[in-house]
Amino acid sequence: MRSTPMTAKAAPAMSLLQVSNLGVQFGTQDGVVYAVNGLSFNLDRGQTLGIVGESGSGKSQSVLALMGLLARNGKASGEALYKGSNLLDMPADALNTIRGNRMAMIFQDPMTSLNPYLTVERQMTEVLQFHKGQDRASARAASVRMLDAVKIPEAARRVTMYPHEFSGGMRQRVMIAMALLCEPEVLIADEPTTALDVTVQAQILTLLRELQRDFGTAIVLITHDLGVVAGLCDQVMVLYGGRVMEQGSAAHIFANATHPYTLGLLRAIPRMDRDAEHLLAIPGAPPNMARLPKGCPFCERCALADAHCRDVMPVLQGVEGAAATLRACHKGVPVVQAMHSAREGT
Amino acid sequence: MSTERQAILSVRDLKMHFQIRDEKAWPWTPTRALKAVDGISFDLYAGETLGVVGESGCGKSTLARAILNLHPATAGSIVWMGQEMAGASAQQWLAVRKDVQMIFQDPLASLNPRMTVAQIIGEPLRTHHPEMSPEAVMDKVRAIMQRVGLTEQQINRYPHEFSGGQCQRIGIARALIMQPKLIVCDEPVSALDVSIQAQIINLLKELQQEFGLALIFIAHDLAVVRHISHRIMVMYLGHAMELAHKAALYAEPRHPYTQALLSAIPIPDPELERNKVVQLLQGDLPSPMSPPSGCVFRTRCPVATARCAHEVPQLREVSAQTRVACWRA
Repeated sequence: MRSTPMTAKAAPAMSLLQVSNLGVQFGTQDGVVYAVNGLSFNLDRGQTLGIVGESGSGKSQSVLALMGLLARNGKASGEALYKGSNLLDMPADALNTIRGNRMAMIFQDPMTSLNPYLTVERQMTEVLQFHKGQDRASARAASVRMLDAVKIPEAARRVTMYPHEFSGGMRQRVMIAMALLCEPEVLIADEPTTALDVTVQAQILTLLRELQRDFGTAIVLITHDLGVVAGLCDQVMVLYGGRVMEQGSAAHIFANATHPYTLGLLRAIPRMDRDAEHLLAIPGAPPNMARLPKGCPFCERCALADAHCRDVMPVLQGVEGAAATLRACHKGVPVVQAMHSAREGT
Repeated sequence: MSTERQAILSVRDLKMHFQIRDEKAWPWTPTRALKAVDGISFDLYAGETLGVVGESGCGKSTLARAILNLHPATAGSIVWMGQEMAGASAQQWLAVRKDVQMIFQDPLASLNPRMTVAQIIGEPLRTHHPEMSPEAVMDKVRAIMQRVGLTEQQINRYPHEFSGGQCQRIGIARALIMQPKLIVCDEPVSALDVSIQAQIINLLKELQQEFGLALIFIAHDLAVVRHISHRIMVMYLGHAMELAHKAALYAEPRHPYTQALLSAIPIPDPELERNKVVQLLQGDLPSPMSPPSGCVFRTRCPVATARCAHEVPQLREVSAQTRVACWRA
């Protein structure tokens, strides 16, 4: 087995993944677009972080930056320490010993992220041959074992098939199996179930939960579905317009959301277990990232916004009485929650 | 179902089969039938919303297309306002389409990129009422735009200048301008962000009350369907599994497939979500080219018996609110 030179022995107190002040900028014809600003989190072994947001909120770009997969015109700033070494300024060959190996990613669309010209076997053994230096036969055996683990029936026969011969749910399982081949410590899942039907989604989420239990993998889960977050995540980060609106433990945020956007989002979702006559929609549309307001990105859709909100970006700071929760809002927690319970009453 | 109300649309034993030739077959070997919709029956009443749910490949979009004759049905009867439409001429369908309109899933792709909003929304009027003056058409377009939440200043813009939610509003305005009696909505909100989804669902509900519209609302998301439908039909592999009033379906789902579907939907509440029992379905959807014998769901059904393999269950009434196609329900 080849050793990974970049993984220095981590001090016991250090988190597996420490991201601080991550930013992503894109140079475009209309000037610089700030897709992600000031994102920070720590992730420990066996933990799950959920990143929630609507399209264009920067949730995918932030993890692509961690994997060094930004588009050509993209640039990441800040710091992302994996066991003490910064992923953002690492040369490509050093990064290659980590990504796919110690950190793996599952993409949203399994059809476009698998190579249609190669059999599943070829795509899976490649990973093991490159990272672990295994020969073809043992890599093949390991691939079949992994396909078995993600519950693909007749794995030994299926492994010789091409991606188009699998159904959508099966393809997503192949993606997951491929990501898990080297038993990564961090698994980044970018909307892993969005393209799938609910019953298949339930199968995949159960699978992720079991794998986390068995391998102790840390998961970063990106989704727009708050129900998925509720089922899987320990921490939640709510993004809007490339900024963190609220961040904290899942249990606390679902029970006690303090940001107008989080509250609005929670109330706008049609729920299976409730029968509301009227959904409380958030008015307006998500902002244009190239023309963000000077202040809080949510100000245009927020019922509480005033001139101060439009001019000054609120700082992400702790909430009184809930140590682990951070929020970025000029309005006090009681004001926000009172406004929302009043709306719900009407 | 009450007898005094007259159904505006009655569909009986509707079938849509596509003839498919196997990839490696000889040119003279007979084609095989893909049974996308296989024997669907329902009634729709004025002002009512019928939700149609099911996973991809269950035939729900094909059903919508068959109802509008966008693709002629293979067999079965479609009775619109007392008039049999199966085998009707294109002329007869043109007359019916004044009253039956459709909203599509992909908001941007369903709008012609080279037409302005005014042209898009006004087109049904120009088709069905060519005698109308251009000024009268524009007046109607302006009124309907305002009603669906678009501003008058946007009237000369092109679809690409709008966000997804706004494009869907344009699609709704286009369907609404004929003052139809029925709008078939094929996954109208599944391409939209959650905060926008709620806006569109609320808009559709308001419009329904205002104009007394009947809706056929197709979606894969049972939570969305719950908020808009009066009755819900659950489809699986071209067959109706359960047809029930909303309250009955969510409180007491009778079909094992409905039960699995309902339990699979994540609830945005960590406590409820982590403690609920999910009925995981085993395996994948069988190929619609070779569906299982008997009940199509039996290969994944937790309670299937020998009888399920031999006899096809028909929708039968199990309570005043619920009809279900299952031997075990």
